[in-house]
Amino acid sequence: MNIRHHVSDTLLAAYATGDLAEGWSLAVATHLSLCPECRKRLAKFEAVAADMMEALPAEADVSGSWDAMKARLAGSDAGVALPPEKTVSKPVASPVLPEPLRSYVGGDAKALKWKPLGRGAYQVQIPTRDEETTVRLLRIPAGRPVPEHSHGGRELTLVLAGSFSDEQGRFARGDLEEADEDLQHQPVAGSEEDCICLAVTDAPLRFSSRFLRIVQPILGI
Amino acid sequence: MTITVSNLAPGCHYGTIQSFPLLRPAAKRKPAVTSRMCGMVMSENPEDLARLMESVALRRDVAAFEVLFRHFGPKVKTYMLRQTRNPQLAEELMQETMMAVWNKASLFDAGRGNPSAWIFTIARNLFISAYRKQNRPEFDPNDPAFVPETIEPAEVVLQGLQEAESLRAALNELPDEQRELVSRSFFADVPHSALAAEYGLPLGTVKSRIRMALAKLRKSMEGGR
Repeated sequence: MNIRHHVSDTLLAAYATGDLAEGWSLAVATHLSLCPECRKRLAKFEAVAADMMEALPAEADVSGSWDAMKARLAGSDAGVALPPEKTVSKPVASPVLPEPLRSYVGGDAKALKWKPLGRGAYQVQIPTRDEETTVRLLRIPAGRPVPEHSHGGRELTLVLAGSFSDEQGRFARGDLEEADEDLQHQPVAGSEEDCICLAVTDAPLRFSSRFLRIVQPILGI
Repeated sequence: MTITVSNLAPGCHYGTIQSFPLLRPAAKRKPAVTSRMCGMVMSENPEDLARLMESVALRRDVAAFEVLFRHFGPKVKTYMLRQTRNPQLAEELMQETMMAVWNKASLFDAGRGNPSAWIFTIARNLFISAYRKQNRPEFDPNDPAFVPETIEPAEVVLQGLQEAESLRAALNELPDEQRELVSRSFFADVPHSALAAEYGLPLGTVKSRIRMALAKLRKSMEGGR
């Protein structure tokens, strides 16, 4: 695989330090599963973050902490040698959706309940526990433009099958596009096959006021 | 690495923590750290800490674990305190982190040198799942769709070591104000907007300084290859 569009440093550093909401993390982690190069960069950011933790002043009060810990260990397997843990991997034919995405949607691309968006496009919404992002899988028919969607804020798009092209270039499996409100783009799916991509966006601001909801589209917020 | 910390329940185990084979903080050039234990001053360099981890993994050695606890516990607690600003919660999260270190010690690869990066990732993931009540999705090296590294592992180890070292060097060479911004925003300790207010800088300047610092770090990583 030849990935050309990678995770930016800012995003990767935020992922390394746990500073990224779940939806964004899902796109970054799925890109990482396809991109050894970004995994190496992640390791460095994590090493630096660990250095920074090591360098933190010991300002916290830990008197009594060890005694509490020791009491907990007494009920554990202290002193007993353990066999090394093994990881079990089950053989599956190479899926379109890598982990951790596959577990989030509950199966591979073919097994999902795709909901029509019109013009031959489909989507599957993916629930997360953060309140900041909206996450969905999109399937765009080969050769067709992506249905119009608004860019309230940031958008991450990770291609998993087929490809799309826009002003930023061509994006194929594993490629990640980071867009913000400044980017005007009209992505078109490649003609070779349907394009499946993971799209993460900032959830639009939800206003409880009816007045604000009415003027929201006018103000563009 | 896959660290699945789900629904934190006291005393239960923490899912699977797989060590990440490329994560190898430079072991040699770090200065030895000193800590005080039972009235005597002990010196723990990264290799010693890794050996202690091994001892905990193989022999469930409580004395070895105590040294690790006294070294990392206060740092993990300070980290948690900065994230949560709640001393009691910080203590609990530190205890949970160190309990996970005890339970999962056999998953730490002693060849990786300093266990700090491994312990940091445990602390970070616990913070996210227990405090923010979110998952932190991670890649799974056992997934059939996972694209493995193509270079020989031994080369990768060496390369990783050199790059981590050059990144550290680069971090130390950053101008003070950039290093401080990166380091403070790194811990989610201070949001960019608060940093902007504190330093009396426009938000855009704080963001661009952090971006510049990261770009410099990135450049040095490429130069080290």
